[in-house]
Amino acid sequence: MSAITTVTGSAVPVLGNDIDTDRIIPAKFMKCVTFDELAPGMFYDVKVNPETGEKTDHPLNDPKHANASIILSGENFGCGSSREHAPQSIYRSGFRAIIAESFAEIFFGNSTTLGMPCVCASREDIAALTAFVEQNPDEQINIDLENLKATYGEVTIELTMPASAQAALTSGKFDPLSELMANNAAIEAVAEALPYV
Amino acid sequence: MGKTLYEKVWDAHNVGTLSDGRTQLFIGTHLIHEVTSPQAFGMLRDKGIKVKYPHRTFATVDHIVPTDDQSSPLKDPLAEAMLQEIRKNADEFGITYFDLASGKQGVVHIVGPEQGITQPGMTIACGDSHTATHGAFGAIAFGIGTTQVRDLLATQTMAMAKLKVRKIKVDGELRPGVYAKDVSLHIIRLLGAKGGIGYAYEYCGSTFENFSMEERMTVCNMAIEGGARCGYVNPDETTFEYLKGRPYSPSEDQWDEAVAKWKAFASDADATYDDVVEIDASEIEPTVTWGISPDQGIGIGESIPDPANATSDAEKASFQDALDYMKLPAGAAIKGTKIDVAFLGSCTNGRLSDFREAAKYLKGHKVADGIKAIAVPGSQITAIQCQQEGIDKIFEEAGFEWRAAGCSMCLAMNPDKLIGDQVCASSSNRNFKGRQGSSIGRTVLMSPVMVAAAAVKGELADAREVFGVA
Repeated sequence: MSAITTVTGSAVPVLGNDIDTDRIIPAKFMKCVTFDELAPGMFYDVKVNPETGEKTDHPLNDPKHANASIILSGENFGCGSSREHAPQSIYRSGFRAIIAESFAEIFFGNSTTLGMPCVCASREDIAALTAFVEQNPDEQINIDLENLKATYGEVTIELTMPASAQAALTSGKFDPLSELMANNAAIEAVAEALPYV
Repeated sequence: MGKTLYEKVWDAHNVGTLSDGRTQLFIGTHLIHEVTSPQAFGMLRDKGIKVKYPHRTFATVDHIVPTDDQSSPLKDPLAEAMLQEIRKNADEFGITYFDLASGKQGVVHIVGPEQGITQPGMTIACGDSHTATHGAFGAIAFGIGTTQVRDLLATQTMAMAKLKVRKIKVDGELRPGVYAKDVSLHIIRLLGAKGGIGYAYEYCGSTFENFSMEERMTVCNMAIEGGARCGYVNPDETTFEYLKGRPYSPSEDQWDEAVAKWKAFASDADATYDDVVEIDASEIEPTVTWGISPDQGIGIGESIPDPANATSDAEKASFQDALDYMKLPAGAAIKGTKIDVAFLGSCTNGRLSDFREAAKYLKGHKVADGIKAIAVPGSQITAIQCQQEGIDKIFEEAGFEWRAAGCSMCLAMNPDKLIGDQVCASSSNRNFKGRQGSSIGRTVLMSPVMVAAAAVKGELADAREVFGVA
């Protein structure tokens, strides 16, 4: 794992609050035993009109955002189901970061472990960034995880992220498995001392 | 200074601090199902890692199981492949698996308590957000992603940041026709779908003390719909009574010692909380949702909110989005909204007491013409208990289809799905867009008795009027 200190790319607005994980990856795409084929299912039900089977005018279908690697959204992004299929489908669709007003916890943790930073910005800053992206869809946004700032055009905005996630990403230790396994003796000591069988 | 149950359980399972500052937390019981675990076993195989404590993981199959024709092989080849995969993984790694033929299969959050696997003071995790259900026993239980399922299989530990604790104290008696589900929907309405982010919820007060374990499970189940990753109730005599004699409960000679240890986990009287919310139980109405988020709930006697009355532009937009999707008129009465489907089941309300209570009122009534009504016991054991009491017959005589155990129409990973823009009166937990299998399907959440009332009337109705509940 390498450290993730910056993410640079263009962005697509997927606006609204409470974008839940059923919307991100509908359950019908979860009949699978690997994550490999999830990308086509990402936001499928809002990207495709169920009656006509045609693409909707959702920003994710807009050719001007075709190269986007950052998602912009509102409050409580990723709420609902714990399905890791949700961040996996986003990551496997080429996205590398999400900027939103706030995130649901399980989604946030799943994304961090995957190495896809979820950073928070204020509603006003996201609105301004969205307006910028609408006008300049190809412009690059730079997310600086060490200083928790995002820069686009002449503008720099403040970001927030829990210190533990920031440390995990910028140190390259966002997948904790090897560190968890290294503490085997301490694990066994806790297991021995559990106040139940 | 006293400690909360959350802090005590956390301390007893704290393995150490990781380099990013999070805690390495030991998980006493790991539950798995077929949807979120196969990828984790794949990761273990790729790395050549064994399961560290196979006896601490329990498996069942629930999401993809058809509730009508379960003959083998399953008709859906994708579902059959998932079923084969969990069988193979359980077998290869030595994990106890409650298969379809075991007589113990069911929704994972119903099976754990039923078997006595869920116990006070435990940490419990499962790749499913409704794992908070197990908090009803005074366990710290939460949903995790698949990579964490891998971490648990490999080490029985995971990285986690400690949560704050909010005490939600509900006192008083619920009025007739008001149930645990209404308490749950009321709390979420009050605090919002994201109100619990960063918190564990401790549910307490006389209302919870008087609740049965099944009622406590209903409320803890939906902690996540209010944004809280876990919710719990302090263990008491009701908890111990429920656990006594279950297959995985401590044996008689270990019982007193186990109870003493369990009691010690309960929050101390002088524990401090990061936040406290107090609710008067008598103010809670039979509640239904009108929108596309579980916090968009109103009393059955109330009107559908009008975006014109929203308190902010963001709220106005979300109200409008919800009304457009639900095709409901702003300001109109919610009562009388036509339904197409009635669903009684799920990890929220698929237990014996849910069917028993609904059957009590359903007896002698008929499902309205044109309504598809299905009743889906949460587990094979629940199904047998219902049969023993004749509950299945009452449902069938009323015009419900009585099905086999599974998640069914809660999330539509099996053949039970809404069609087109059908409206479903549902005892499940989520009314998200497309949740019940149709991308334009509409879900209205409510208690089991309210589902029965809606089924009988063919429209959203006040069960107290329909059944003369008093």
